[in-house]
Amino acid sequence: MSDTHAQTASFVRQEMLPESAPPLGQAGVLRWLRANLFSSVANGLLTLLSIYLIWFVLSAIMPWTLNGIWDAGSLSECREIRDARGLDSVACWAVINERWLQLLFGFYPTDNQLLASWFYADGLAAAGGLEAVFGPAANSTARIEFVGIMKSEVGNLAIFFFGYWRPLLALALLLPAVAPILYANLPRRMLLFSMAYPFIAVFLLWGGSVWGPVLVALGLVVTGLVAKEVGARAGALAGGLAAIVTFLAIYLNPLPFLELGGLFPLLPHVAGFIGDVIPIGLPAISSDDFGGFMLAIIIGTSGIVLSLPLGIALALGRQSTMPLICWVCVTFIEVIRGVPLIVWLFTASLLLNYFLPPGTDFDLLLRVIIMVTLFASAYLAEVIRGGLAALPTGQYEAADSLGLDYWKAMQLIVLPQALKISIPGIVNTFIGLFKDTTLVVFIGLRDPLGLTNAIRATGEWNGIYWELYIFVALLFFAFCFAMSRYSMYLERKLQTDHR
Amino acid sequence: MSDAQTDTQERQIDRSRMAVSEEVAIDIRNMNKWFGTFHVLRDINLTVQRGERIVVCGPSGSGKSTLIRCVNALEEHQKGSITVDGTLLSSDLKNIDKIRSEVGMVFQHFNLFPHLSILENCTLAPIWVRKVPKREAEETAMYFLEKVKIPEQALKYPGQLSGGQQQRVAIARSLCMKPRIMLFDEPTSALDPEMIKEVLDTMIALAEEGMTMICVTHEMGFARQVANRVIFMDAGQIVEQNEPEEFFLNPKSDRTKLFLSQILGH
Repeated sequence: MSDTHAQTASFVRQEMLPESAPPLGQAGVLRWLRANLFSSVANGLLTLLSIYLIWFVLSAIMPWTLNGIWDAGSLSECREIRDARGLDSVACWAVINERWLQLLFGFYPTDNQLLASWFYADGLAAAGGLEAVFGPAANSTARIEFVGIMKSEVGNLAIFFFGYWRPLLALALLLPAVAPILYANLPRRMLLFSMAYPFIAVFLLWGGSVWGPVLVALGLVVTGLVAKEVGARAGALAGGLAAIVTFLAIYLNPLPFLELGGLFPLLPHVAGFIGDVIPIGLPAISSDDFGGFMLAIIIGTSGIVLSLPLGIALALGRQSTMPLICWVCVTFIEVIRGVPLIVWLFTASLLLNYFLPPGTDFDLLLRVIIMVTLFASAYLAEVIRGGLAALPTGQYEAADSLGLDYWKAMQLIVLPQALKISIPGIVNTFIGLFKDTTLVVFIGLRDPLGLTNAIRATGEWNGIYWELYIFVALLFFAFCFAMSRYSMYLERKLQTDHR
Repeated sequence: MSDAQTDTQERQIDRSRMAVSEEVAIDIRNMNKWFGTFHVLRDINLTVQRGERIVVCGPSGSGKSTLIRCVNALEEHQKGSITVDGTLLSSDLKNIDKIRSEVGMVFQHFNLFPHLSILENCTLAPIWVRKVPKREAEETAMYFLEKVKIPEQALKYPGQLSGGQQQRVAIARSLCMKPRIMLFDEPTSALDPEMIKEVLDTMIALAEEGMTMICVTHEMGFARQVANRVIFMDAGQIVEQNEPEEFFLNPKSDRTKLFLSQILGH
C-alpha cells in the first residue's frame, strides 16, 4: 500500500494529466548516442576501438580500389602506368574492363552476322559481304580474322547487348516469368507465360529447330488432355494409365523389345517432319560452349525452380504414415545429403554413363542440373520438415474437423504456414545452391572461377588474381543479396499472426 | 460460482424451439479406446437425440475430450461402434469425410488459421469441401459472423482479435459448413473471465435454434440453463447422467458429489 492510500483512504482524480515532452537529453540523437555507443566506459572504449579498426581496414583497401587503373592492355602495362603515377600498389581493373564479357558468358558464341551487318557494315562490305564471310563456302581462317578485327572495332558494350542477345533475352524474359510466382498481386494469367518460359529459354539458349521445344511442350499438353478426357469418361485410374502410356509413346520407347522399326518415341519423327516442311530456328549451340556467370545462373535458377517442389514432396513423404513412402524418402534424403556435392558432380560427369543404356548421349549440363537439384531438394526437405513440425497439431485437427481431405489440408492450411516458417531456411539453401554452382569447375565446365584461370593463362594477364576474384565475388554477392532481401520482404508481407 | 454464470442465469432462455425429436443423431455403443496400452475410454454407451444438448463434465484426464474427439474421428476408437447421422464411423475415409462435414467442432484453443483473414477462415471449407461459389460462401460467412456479433472484424486476421472474439469466429467457421451437430471441446477454458460470457451467449443462442450439441465444459451455469442432460465422466467411463436440476441438486454417486463440491465449493 502506498502512502497516499494510508493518509487518504479514498482518492478520486479530478483532472487527467496532459501529455508532456521528455526531459532534455532523453530524446533524439544525443540519447541514441549515449544509449547505443557510450552507455558505459567499457562500451565507449569498444566503440572507439571499432571505429579505429574500420578506419584501418578501409584506409588500406579504398586507395587500392579507387586509384585502380582501368585502361591498359596487359598486366605489365598496368604496372608501367602505376609506376609512372608514383603509386605503391593499386588495382588493375583493366582486366575486368577487357574481359568482363568472357567472365559473364564464357565461350558462348556471339551473333557475329548480326554484329557485322549492324555495327561493321563498311568492314563487311570490304570483306566481300555477308555471304563471302559467313556463307558455307567461306574460308574459316579469314572469318576468324574478320571477327577479331570487328570485335576490336565494335566495342564491348555493343557486343554485350547485340552479340549476346539470346542469353540476354532469356534472362530478360525470366523476370516476367518469375514475377507472378514471387508477387501474388500480379494477374494470375501471367502464370501461363511462366509455364511456357522453360521451353522459350531452352530454345533461345541452345538454339536449333524451334519445333523441338514447341513439340515437347505440346506433348505435355496432349498428355494432360488425355488424362483429363479419359479420366472424365473412365475414372481417375484409367485416366492416369492412359496419360502414362501417352507420355511414354511421345517421349520414350515403351516397348523396346518389340523392335517396332523405330516408330517410338513419336516426338523426333514429328519434329523432324515439321522441321523439314517449315524450317524455323536459331543456330544450335552446344552445352560445351556455355560458361561464365551465365552458367551459374542457368544451373542456379533451374536448380532452385526444380528443387522446391521436389523438396516439398520429400518432406511430406518423410512425414507419411505409409511406411514404404516414408522409407524411400528418408533413404533418399540421407544418402543424397550424406555425400558431398562434388562427389555427386563427378558421378554425374563420369559414372552416370555406365548406368545409362549404351548409346544414350545425355547432355553434361543437364546431368549437372539434375544432380544439383537432387542435392538441394534433400536439404530443402529437411528445412521444410522443420516448418511442418513447428505447426501446432491444432491446425491439422481444425482442417480435419472441417472435412478437408489430406491434399486440400496440405495445400490450403499446412504448407502455406510451414513454408512461411521455413522461408529463411529455404532461401539459405537456395543461396548455398547458387554458390555451389562454382563447383562445376572441377568437372570441366567453365564457371566464372574456371574462367579466371583461363584469363590468367593468357600472356597479357598472367599473375593477376585479386581483381578477377573480386569481380566474380561481387557478381555472386549481388545475386545472393537480392535473394536475401526478397526473402525478408516475403516474411514481412506474410506476417499475419501479429505476435 | 463465477460472474459469468450469474450473468447467464439472468438471461431469459427461449425454450420454445429447443424441442428434442425422437430421431437419433449420435449413437455410441460399447465404445472403447486405448492410447497404446492405456485404456482411456471404457464401454461408453451414449445416444444423443436430434436437438439434444448434452454437457459432459468430469475431472481432467477422465476422457471427456477424447470421447467427443472420437465422434468426428479425430481420435480412432478400437472397439464398439459410433454412428453419426446414420453413418457408421469406420476406417473408410469416405465415411469419415462425410461425418466431418456434418459435424462442427470448436476447440479449446480456437485453432483458427492464422495465415487467413477471418472471412477466409469461414469461407475456406464451404468453398473447397462443399464446392459453394465464393460469393455465396462469403454471404453465408457474413451472416454467421453477424450472428456471433463480429461482422466488422471480417477482414482482420485471427492474431488481431481477442480470445473471446477468436472463439466466436471459430464457432462461426464451424456453422458456415451448416453442420447438424456441434461439438464443443472446453470452448471457454482458455479465455479470460470477462470473455467467457460472450462465448457462452453465442452458444446459448445456438441452443435456442435447436442445434444438437455435445459440450465438454466446466461452466455449470451454462449446463443448468441449456443442457437436457449432464454427463459426469471419471476414469474413462460415464459415471452418472441426469437432467441438470437433478444432477446438481441430487448427485447419486460419491465421485460426482466430490467433483461438484470441488468445482462449486469455492
